[in-house]
Amino acid sequence: MKPRFGEALAAVGVVLAFVLLWGAVAHFEWVSAVFLPGPLATAEALRDGLRQGELLPLLLQTVERMVYGWLLASIAGVLLGALIGTSAALRAWVQPTLELVRPLPASALMPLAIALMGLSQSMVLCVIAFGAVWPVLLATVHGFAAVEPRLFEVGRVLRLSRAAFIWKVGLPNALPDVLGGMRLSLTVALILAIVGEMLASQSGLGTAIVQAARSFRSADLFAGVALLGGVGLASNALLALLEGRLLRWQRP
Amino acid sequence: MAAAILAASPAHTRRAWRAWVLPLGALGAAEALLRWRPVQSDAVALPSAVVQALLQALADGSLWSATWQTLAAMLGGLLAGGALGLLVGVWFGLSRRVAARGALLVELLRPLPAVALIPVAMLVFGFGYRLEIFVVGFSVFFPMLMLSHAAVQAVPARLLEVGRMLRLTMAARVRKIVLPAALPRLFVALRLCIGIALVVAVTTEIASNPQGLGYALLSAQQSLAPELMLAVLAWVGLLGWGLNAGLLALQRRWFGGLAATGAGR
Repeated sequence: MKPRFGEALAAVGVVLAFVLLWGAVAHFEWVSAVFLPGPLATAEALRDGLRQGELLPLLLQTVERMVYGWLLASIAGVLLGALIGTSAALRAWVQPTLELVRPLPASALMPLAIALMGLSQSMVLCVIAFGAVWPVLLATVHGFAAVEPRLFEVGRVLRLSRAAFIWKVGLPNALPDVLGGMRLSLTVALILAIVGEMLASQSGLGTAIVQAARSFRSADLFAGVALLGGVGLASNALLALLEGRLLRWQRP
Repeated sequence: MAAAILAASPAHTRRAWRAWVLPLGALGAAEALLRWRPVQSDAVALPSAVVQALLQALADGSLWSATWQTLAAMLGGLLAGGALGLLVGVWFGLSRRVAARGALLVELLRPLPAVALIPVAMLVFGFGYRLEIFVVGFSVFFPMLMLSHAAVQAVPARLLEVGRMLRLTMAARVRKIVLPAALPRLFVALRLCIGIALVVAVTTEIASNPQGLGYALLSAQQSLAPELMLAVLAWVGLLGWGLNAGLLALQRRWFGGLAATGAGR
């Protein structure tokens, strides 16, 4: 199934049509320009913001927060998940509690985190890490629990230690699940980074777009939103690329 | 009934208590620790005080009204964004050509985090239900689109051929063949979207919109009432868990194993 040139062109055409429609709605002021800037005005705000150097540091701060929180969550999730996933006894004791806590919206923990740690950088980071840990953790537990039972026997015969088994047999087998979980976690981390900035007034794109909205600078607002969409798109694409490379050996 | 279950799976029920050891043990330990060494804190409270605050907030109706506000915004968002996503998803599922042409636009817009639209909605709608419905609607639109697209794609091709052979109109084909065949997976999609909607609704309320459970949480924290804050937090968790468990039970009852495939994660 190779994408045909015509099809790809048609898909690009749909995107262009969408932008044109947006431009028309803005140009003829079917929606007031106070609310909806045109695509050109948005692109201009984006260009100016990046060139004059206001937007770039804000972008980097948000990305940094997201990545640190996500890395913390990934490391903790994989380690804990490997421990829980390789032990049936531990699973029986711990997994129901994990399932109980998981549906709790991570952002709902933000008031608690504020009460504990104040409106600080580390508070936001902790909430990001806590919220983003669940997809990795549960996917890792599942991945390790689903390792072919005969491989456990192989490990026992070879007298592999627990750590060696996890590293040499478990992790490669659980990798598709782990990476899938990490991809979900990254999405969660971005959302929580934005909410955390909004709530704790940490400088970053999340705060910047709220300020733009409050002062009715709609072009700046849309530029910030577009940039956040770009962060989501780019991080997702990067991880998909990584996933493809790391899992190449598994495909026949 | 209970005896039958006990007899049917002795090993399972004999061990079921283990699930409760960790959460109840942790709560008991917290209670004991805080009674032994009371602390003056804005963040922690005795578990028993939290239960008391929860019961009181339920009794005086404040928690119920906040719950209804959150549920109403969720429902509005699901009706707006979910229905639209369902329509586009079914359309994509029916026509491979439409799906191929729309794919790029969807892939470009989908990674946009819904919370980034909170300021946009704030600017356009001001505070209130419309803000929240817009954000929730956006957040469920794309998951609903993707999941219903997949659900329709999974309808056996032969069923579609039958529809074509019977010369059913497009509308009749969708109504009589596609939707019934895709229903189990569509229900799974609905369950997942309700989970997303609750999270996004509460998040929107915490981040900006002064109503509902999220705001109740935030105002309890700001008025330095940790037991109330923790009570609302527990209530939000209970609500999410209950909604999911209830829908899962319905799904098993109505569709059995039919819905089990595909939409796992």
